[in-house]
Amino acid sequence: MSWQLHAEDLSDLARGATLLGTGGGGDPYIGQKLVERVLGERSITVWDPEDVPADALVIPTAQMGAPTVMVEKIPAGTEPTLALRTLEEHLGRTAQATMPIECGGINSMIPLIVAAETGLPVVDADGMGRAFPELSMETFAVYGVHGSPLALAGERGERVIIDTGDDDQQMEWLARGVTIRLGGVGHIAEYAMSGDQVRATAVPRTLSMALNLGRAIREARERHEDPFEAIATALAPTLYSHVRELFRGKVADVERRTTEGFARGRAIIESPGGEQLEIDFQNENLMARRDGAVVAIVPDLICVVDAETAEPITTEGLRYGQRVRVLGISTPELMRTPEALATFGPAAFGLSEPFVPVES
Amino acid sequence: MHIGIDVGGTNTDAVLMDGRTTLAGVKNSTSSDVTSGIVAAIEALRERHSFEGSDISAVMIGTTHFINALVEARRLAPTAAVRLGLPATAALPPLVDWPDTLLEAIHAKSYLAHGGYEFDGRPISPLDPEELRGIATDMAANGIRSVAVSSVFSPVNHDLEVQAAQILAEVLGDSVAISLSHEIGRIGILERENATIINAALRELAGEIVDGLTAAVRAQGITAPIFLSQNDGTLMDEDYVRQYPVATFASGPTNSMRGAAQTSGLATCAVIDVGGTTADIGLLINGFPRETANEVKVAGIRTNFRMPDVLSLGIGGGSIVDPETAEVGPESVGYRLSTEALVFGGSTLTATDIAVAAGRANVGDASKVAHLDPQLVQRVLDRIAERVSEAVDRMRTSPEPLPVVAVGGGSILLPDELRLFGAVHRPENYAVANAIGASIAQVGGEIDKVYAVEPGRREETIADVRAEAVNKAIAAGAAPESVSIVDFDEVPIPYLPGNATRIRVKAVGDLDMNTGARA
Repeated sequence: MSWQLHAEDLSDLARGATLLGTGGGGDPYIGQKLVERVLGERSITVWDPEDVPADALVIPTAQMGAPTVMVEKIPAGTEPTLALRTLEEHLGRTAQATMPIECGGINSMIPLIVAAETGLPVVDADGMGRAFPELSMETFAVYGVHGSPLALAGERGERVIIDTGDDDQQMEWLARGVTIRLGGVGHIAEYAMSGDQVRATAVPRTLSMALNLGRAIREARERHEDPFEAIATALAPTLYSHVRELFRGKVADVERRTTEGFARGRAIIESPGGEQLEIDFQNENLMARRDGAVVAIVPDLICVVDAETAEPITTEGLRYGQRVRVLGISTPELMRTPEALATFGPAAFGLSEPFVPVES
Repeated sequence: MHIGIDVGGTNTDAVLMDGRTTLAGVKNSTSSDVTSGIVAAIEALRERHSFEGSDISAVMIGTTHFINALVEARRLAPTAAVRLGLPATAALPPLVDWPDTLLEAIHAKSYLAHGGYEFDGRPISPLDPEELRGIATDMAANGIRSVAVSSVFSPVNHDLEVQAAQILAEVLGDSVAISLSHEIGRIGILERENATIINAALRELAGEIVDGLTAAVRAQGITAPIFLSQNDGTLMDEDYVRQYPVATFASGPTNSMRGAAQTSGLATCAVIDVGGTTADIGLLINGFPRETANEVKVAGIRTNFRMPDVLSLGIGGGSIVDPETAEVGPESVGYRLSTEALVFGGSTLTATDIAVAAGRANVGDASKVAHLDPQLVQRVLDRIAERVSEAVDRMRTSPEPLPVVAVGGGSILLPDELRLFGAVHRPENYAVANAIGASIAQVGGEIDKVYAVEPGRREETIADVRAEAVNKAIAAGAAPESVSIVDFDEVPIPYLPGNATRIRVKAVGDLDMNTGARA
């Protein structure tokens, strides 16, 4: 069933998208402002994946690069739609809808800019089911839809097409090079697919889930109810139905280093009784260990939130002394198959620990 | 001798200091005009401890005038914002997120122009002088009297902001003030630009206030230089205030914290300021408040000022106590404490009543709280101690032992020993701690920029940046031998090549009282 998204929903969506960013994904604030500006009093049509016509062309849109650049060099605003139009031109076909490639962080917002500007509907699904650091880490790719050809646009009207065939990692590598030349942020259209392919490869209903999560947290706070129960209630009917409190305590140490362009590091959360939870992150939270034993690991969601308000805390925002709860959230089956794990499971991040579902 | 004055929303406190010794301290109500409150404060000091105008070597003033002017949207100049960055940034022009009342109050005009840099210093587009002249002409036609200029990545390279200001000034003339974003904020263009626009809107008022303060002080026969407190606790001189009034915004809590530290003799400590309604907890590191890492909203505007990081709990002397749960606040009887508290013959159980019942304070009529169950009294005090202790623990940045200093009238609610932290220090003169804080004579220099650190040159780059900060502090009037680096932070920026790194250094030294500040 399709539904309408309004400007007043965006704050809730941003909060939910930050939670699904599992520590990374970039601050959706600028993205939210961009959507608000274009959308005004109008609304965006959101298509349930089941309602996308079988042969409709869906072109996902996103931004790639450094979130730090985005807060300084704000986009011209024309880039995301230009990327979409460029890919349409290259393919000789017109898109009937756009879609997120990543539901966590700022990329939850970029397709909404395109939708607000063009009037195209947005499909309620994405290809990461959370946030990941690379364009190739997509369920789309895992199940046979490749990123190429990719269209990349800059604020001066620059347009680049990258076609690496089935090699999504090479596509990511080349696109990242162009993004740097563009000043650190590029807007992209990629993973063009049909409605049937959306149903076969995308993680369904993640946009509505982000919105429901953000709304549930806010409403629980307003009613002085437990936001954690609200999170569990919001997740129960989704494919992310298991949520576990992995730990409760205060941030005792955060260690960061930047290598190969990624913000890597480790956070220690300590309970009043002196027990410790250790979280390894690379932009996003990757693994949580208690007494050396893994309690949650990528691709399952490891979310650090404020112990009282349940406001999500990014890896950048982690500070000594914060009172936090760490939530482990299960991911849909299509993110946990051997093929999916090969693309964005523990080994893809250089971890030797095997994947263990958070609910087990 | 020197004088410290803190002009708060309610009270104006003043101290006469000899070095670090407090010779006299006074508390007066804040006056609606700038001048008479200062005159009254200095005269009250003179009554306590007589001095000649020529005995005074400096007057330091902390004031809430500027932040109040913004919050109340009063006395703001017609202001325009120009951003250099086209074709980038067009999606969110300047002033995009401002409340309507403030937009009207400053008769806001917003312009986008070409210019700006990429993160690595490559130009986005060249400056277009004709375009800027056209903008300036439009500003003049719209009666604009103050201008804020921002440019993309000006913390990396600010020369385009300077060039644009020259071009605008040629058209607008000297009477229009121009504020440049790289001198005011850091990375994050919307927040930096907002801070710059606020500064621009306050420039005319800054002139009036500085003139008023100067006249008041001079009328007392004092010819010494006058300084104002900045958010970080360092001082700025008159000329600097005229240019950067926004730097005074959070000097109130800063001065209170620094005053508490000075009177207790501790440079690194947590300060708990317990008033009537809240307990405000902040952290001092090497004598300076720890600042917030995130954006701060001021009068509904998102900015990235460096503000002291203060955690407020709803616990104060007037906090209402629930006799069932022993929970305190956040509701407070506020200024009605002297009529509503039990000890003053009222009917509301307040935290002050608990303190009196426990024998920690001697105010009002203790017999009116004699009926309180000692167990309840103890539970309430324990609960306050527990919450304060947890809040201090939340604020600290490492598990190292940390002394705790309590100030403010409500600090009687705190125990002598705090769990996790040990003894609670209670300095003398705590009632005028903020004026003492204002009187601490230090000046600083800060650098916060993004650098491309070449391989093998990290140490050298850092040394250069540190030297730049030290020089800036000396230029601001610090005695060179007293300058030291008080804050250093190095954050690599992910997803960018060339080891793009944001480096922030702050150097601070003692004000050279012989030459005065020159910034």
